Amino acid sequence: MNFELTEERRMLQDSLRRFLSDRYTTEVRNGILASEQGYSSDIWAQLAELGVIGALFGEDQGGFGGAGFDITTVFEELGRAGVVEPLLDTAILGGGLIAALGDADQQALVERVIAGDLQLAFAHSEPGGRYDLNHVATRAEAQGDEIVLTGRKAVVVNAEAAEMLVISARESGEVGDTDGISLFLVPGDAAGLSLRGYPLLAGGRGAELDLEGVRLPASARLGPQGGAWEAIAERAAAASVALAAETLGAMETAVELTRGYLMTRQQFGRPIGTFQALQHRMADLWIELEQARSAVINAAGHLAEESRLRDLHVAAARNLIGRAGRLVAEDSIQMHGGIAMTQEYELAHIAKRIVMSDHRFGDIDHHLEQFIALSA
Amino acid sequence: MDLSYSAEELAFRDEVRGFLEENLPKEMSDAVRDGRSLGKEGHDRWHAILNARGWLAPNWPREFGGCEWNAVQRHIFEDECCRAHAPRIVPFGLSMLAPVLQKFGSKEQQDHYLPRILSGQDWWCQGYSEPGAGSDLASLRTRAVRDGDHYVVNGQKTWTTLGQYANWIFCLVRTDPDAKQQEGISFLLIDMDTPGIELRPIILLDGTHEVNEVWFTDVRVPVENLVGEENKGWTYAKYLLTHERTNIAGVGFSQAGLAAVKRLARAEMSGGRPLIENPHFAARMAKVEIDLMAMATTNLRIISRAASGQAPGVESSMLKVKGTVIRQEINDLARRAAGVHAMPFPSEAVEGDNALPVGPEGTGPVSAQYFNNRKLSIFGGSNEIQRNIIAKVKLGGGA
Repeated sequence: MNFELTEERRMLQDSLRRFLSDRYTTEVRNGILASEQGYSSDIWAQLAELGVIGALFGEDQGGFGGAGFDITTVFEELGRAGVVEPLLDTAILGGGLIAALGDADQQALVERVIAGDLQLAFAHSEPGGRYDLNHVATRAEAQGDEIVLTGRKAVVVNAEAAEMLVISARESGEVGDTDGISLFLVPGDAAGLSLRGYPLLAGGRGAELDLEGVRLPASARLGPQGGAWEAIAERAAAASVALAAETLGAMETAVELTRGYLMTRQQFGRPIGTFQALQHRMADLWIELEQARSAVINAAGHLAEESRLRDLHVAAARNLIGRAGRLVAEDSIQMHGGIAMTQEYELAHIAKRIVMSDHRFGDIDHHLEQFIALSA
Repeated sequence: MDLSYSAEELAFRDEVRGFLEENLPKEMSDAVRDGRSLGKEGHDRWHAILNARGWLAPNWPREFGGCEWNAVQRHIFEDECCRAHAPRIVPFGLSMLAPVLQKFGSKEQQDHYLPRILSGQDWWCQGYSEPGAGSDLASLRTRAVRDGDHYVVNGQKTWTTLGQYANWIFCLVRTDPDAKQQEGISFLLIDMDTPGIELRPIILLDGTHEVNEVWFTDVRVPVENLVGEENKGWTYAKYLLTHERTNIAGVGFSQAGLAAVKRLARAEMSGGRPLIENPHFAARMAKVEIDLMAMATTNLRIISRAASGQAPGVESSMLKVKGTVIRQEINDLARRAAGVHAMPFPSEAVEGDNALPVGPEGTGPVSAQYFNNRKLSIFGGSNEIQRNIIAKVKLGGGA
């Protein structure tokens, strides 16, 4: 039994935490949030240089990590600092799918991702699909040597910045089937692909995608024809582990900010942290925080297991963290009072990161249903 | 025991309903339903429509141009307005300052200010909270020092709602720093155009500008702008707060909000079926609806007692706590219902009249509203303060 991080992971954690606390201040982050691009190219380059992106890929993929606990080490720190840069989209999802399925030529893109030289997006969710991973209505049809994509994708994070998009489309079967789904590497400027972009509430940018006869060479297919499901499900699980860890980190910051505020804010002639009503609420937050930490450890520790066991632990973690996260976000704001309602205060952004994480790859109800199905 | 309205009350309800059908502009009710901001013009327009009908001031005595409706009539009116997605009447002049002036103001103040509130000529804002005086309002520090026939005001107010539209502010100021906290406070009316006043916007976490800081530097206020007696302002402030807490349960808002959640849950698909058929989501909605049905009756019980002349006591604190918890839960359901479409930040949708970029019809700025309405349990006496009041009354003076 050993719950300590390895030496390498602790060093990564230390250097990332130091970098973010020095360079990713509230002011810098608020500037990034207000920017057109929605993320900082400069911060991105420095994260790559620190090896943060490489830590999200296995050694056989050109990185030096890639396991569940590498992902949680990185994302917990990103969450603590409220980082909005698209590591989930470019590295875990886009890069991870290419690394898992790509041929030798396609694998070369992973090197560029690790070097911080390539932005990616995973265009999978569709209007009317909610959180159902198997809801792929977008069609891919062979026309001579070419493949033609037609359909729509909803709320694709980082789509505008992405030089390449990994787009899912169905080559056979019906909407809802796991068989028949393929992935394609599509340049962001491909003819027939149009994007309608917008900022996201918790930072970063998303877009609605229209695919109107996007013509691709057969070499654009990533992995087997109609056989991308396993890889999609595995990367969705990895993304959920990353989101859970990121939310855990954000919860740590929320609780720490609230603790500091309760000890300094004076009302009725004393620090408000001396009122028992608030002390008990804080105690509950600390209890939930430790539960959340354990749920992340459970999920990360089972990420490499067979899919049922993996998904069971992932669903458990996302459900628990969704509930605990909402409590931490709402109670932290409440115990602060008005100050936490202001855009420029650190907690406002942190609370948004926590709550909005519940809208990616399944909310608490979705994961509850997954858990029930998998544990039956 | 009779749970229904009387024949007269039903007739009144129909009259209100008919009026709203004919006079509430559709673009306005659409904006309210979709959670879009109306701006000053929109508020002014609705204010004028109600004033033309004589229904702008439900709680004012007739002698001042009000409706003098009883609590049940006021409830029916508010309920119908919520149901029809009418804009909220900005309360600072009409239902907060006016009752104070009517009870404690001079004849000159009543004659001057009350008609200007009705006509919309004056937009009032509230100068109560300060950075160091939130829940502990009586610790406020903004100073007013008598200098001839003026008070000279220095200090800072905060969380001033819609202060950017206001030309007047009513303020609590400290006139006797040596007295006990509650005893050295006065109630002053201040023209926002007076030199030395600076308004700074506070942008909230959903990107909206609805509150402000107001800074006072050597602001000279004529002594005739003092309401009532010097150093008696706390009494008036407490009187005002009892009026701030009318319709505190927000039942109408919750009912409209729940209806919106249902619309959204019918449009949003999950596993190939409407979300409203999903048992987990349906259970969440049902629990809130059950709470809301009971609270609507709790609210009516208290209103009915008020209509027969009994002052509401600790019940208004109970309604504030439960009412805000329910409203926030409904905001949470709306966000949850929207699924991935809750992620976009529709700042234009909140502030302007652009449609939301994504999602089924009626998605609305659900996440922005969820975050914005965290304020409900903070302002107007936080829910912690309300619980203190309940505990103190129910457990006796010891709490």
